[in-house]
Amino acid sequence: MADLSHLKADFPVLSNGVHFLDSGASSQKPIPVLEAMDNFARSSYANVHRGAYKLSVAATDAYEAARERVARFIGASDPNEVIFTRGATTALNMVAFGWGMEHLGPEDRILTTEIEHHANLVPWQMVAKRTGAKLDHIPMTDEYRLDLDAYNEKLGPDVKVVAVTGMSNVLGVMPPVRSISDRAHEIGARVVVDAAQLVPHSPVMVEMLGADFVAFSSHKMLGPTGIGVLWGRMEALEEMEPFEGGGEMISEVTLHDATWAAIPHRFEAGTPPIIEAVGLHAAIDYLDSIGMEKVLEHDRELTGIALERLGDVPGLNIQGPTTLEDRGGVVSMTLDGVHAHDLATILDEEGVAVRAGHHCAKPLMRRLGVTATARASFYVYNTEEDVDALIGGLRRAGELFGVGE
Amino acid sequence: MSLEDLYREVILDHYRSPRNKGHLDKPDYRAEGVNPLCGDEITIELAFDGDQVSQVAVAGQGCSISQSSASMMSEAIKGKTKGEIEDLTKRFRDMMSLDGEADIGLDPDRPGAVLGDLESLQGVRKYPVRIKCASLGWNVLLEALDGERLS
Repeated sequence: MADLSHLKADFPVLSNGVHFLDSGASSQKPIPVLEAMDNFARSSYANVHRGAYKLSVAATDAYEAARERVARFIGASDPNEVIFTRGATTALNMVAFGWGMEHLGPEDRILTTEIEHHANLVPWQMVAKRTGAKLDHIPMTDEYRLDLDAYNEKLGPDVKVVAVTGMSNVLGVMPPVRSISDRAHEIGARVVVDAAQLVPHSPVMVEMLGADFVAFSSHKMLGPTGIGVLWGRMEALEEMEPFEGGGEMISEVTLHDATWAAIPHRFEAGTPPIIEAVGLHAAIDYLDSIGMEKVLEHDRELTGIALERLGDVPGLNIQGPTTLEDRGGVVSMTLDGVHAHDLATILDEEGVAVRAGHHCAKPLMRRLGVTATARASFYVYNTEEDVDALIGGLRRAGELFGVGE
Repeated sequence: MSLEDLYREVILDHYRSPRNKGHLDKPDYRAEGVNPLCGDEITIELAFDGDQVSQVAVAGQGCSISQSSASMMSEAIKGKTKGEIEDLTKRFRDMMSLDGEADIGLDPDRPGAVLGDLESLQGVRKYPVRIKCASLGWNVLLEALDGERLS
């Protein structure tokens, strides 16, 4: 077991003993991240770029150092391929609108998936409506995996973009992004990966992943809210128009026209999340000090323990694969006769925090034949005791509602 | 406050065996509501005989609180006039502290509707995020009554 139990003490929120199993929604923040942001705000804060004074230079250096740190973390060869956004959702919208509006028309098809989070589905619906492009979906097999045979059949010369999750926030499955990307590239399509769950929980080298655009959020990887990343292959970024105009993103402006700054600043209109970038930098340092291989191993081990013990809970159904192959630390479940919201309330009374609902994946809920699930998601600070508390709470819920009577 | 106070037996009974479940052949009023945050859905159909509710049907899906509240509500409004239903709704909302003073809905000396089984839902008040579950059916009911008459 990758024993990380010593890490729990780094997370102040967890000191009251809560069994926090909702990291898939947002992660807790360790003291080094909080201190890095606090120190920066106290000692070096100013707006970035163009400031002709020392504080602004220091802030700019810290902001750009965070960009370089992100690039190194995800194996990007060029830090200019890292764009800071408000979060993964904004990053995906930037691609959908900034790239999609430029390159899609009524003859084209957008291919996304049935298991997508709304963030990598709804922006494409919006762009499809505006451009006349068709929207198509890779279905899920009954084994909760993307149907790659169907994908191959659906891939045609009219497919211009494939938008796929790197790790499902409901099922935990990690689709084979590399082979999906390779196939898409054979027909000249661009590939957009929603890596909001993948990057926090698994080593990701974007060059190996094969996609053209990769989006993720800081707040799910021990960093602050308000900042996320869009990584794009430079040639793909060059095909994209800015989604927002304003300060910082221009080269020349007249009353009637403007030209854009170089990439990445072209895509960072307005004052960026500066303190947050410093926090994300510290979060990456923290994750790297553990090692992303170990983070994945730890999540998988806890998931394995959970899947095994959940199997013994009467009336419990796992909504997702029950094996550890190509999956991360997310387990969705339903309990016969107990609605997911009641489950979440009962678990909360037992000190266990889980998410209940449709997890921003309503089409997937329909495909699963459920209206809501309860979801436990694991991260570096979770331990076997958290899993035991979850199992105890589920049994209590079953007793209270008379499941199996 | 314990879970047993929230999940009273009467609530669980209405959840497992919802009353007046289904649809009416010829409803006079109909409305449906969804809580977009949690996905709970409730459809209410009402038929009137004169100025009194003669038939009620409730359809939908969701948690024990939303479904049991709608089930108990469907029993409580039968035979009542629109005015009496509005009074009952007011008492229910008071009990859930949604408006006015808490607990006045429980005062047996107050004129108007009596909550009966619905009082079992007062435990929900201690779980603020769940109050919207309990109130969903009532919001749909008022919407139905305010809507256009279908027949």
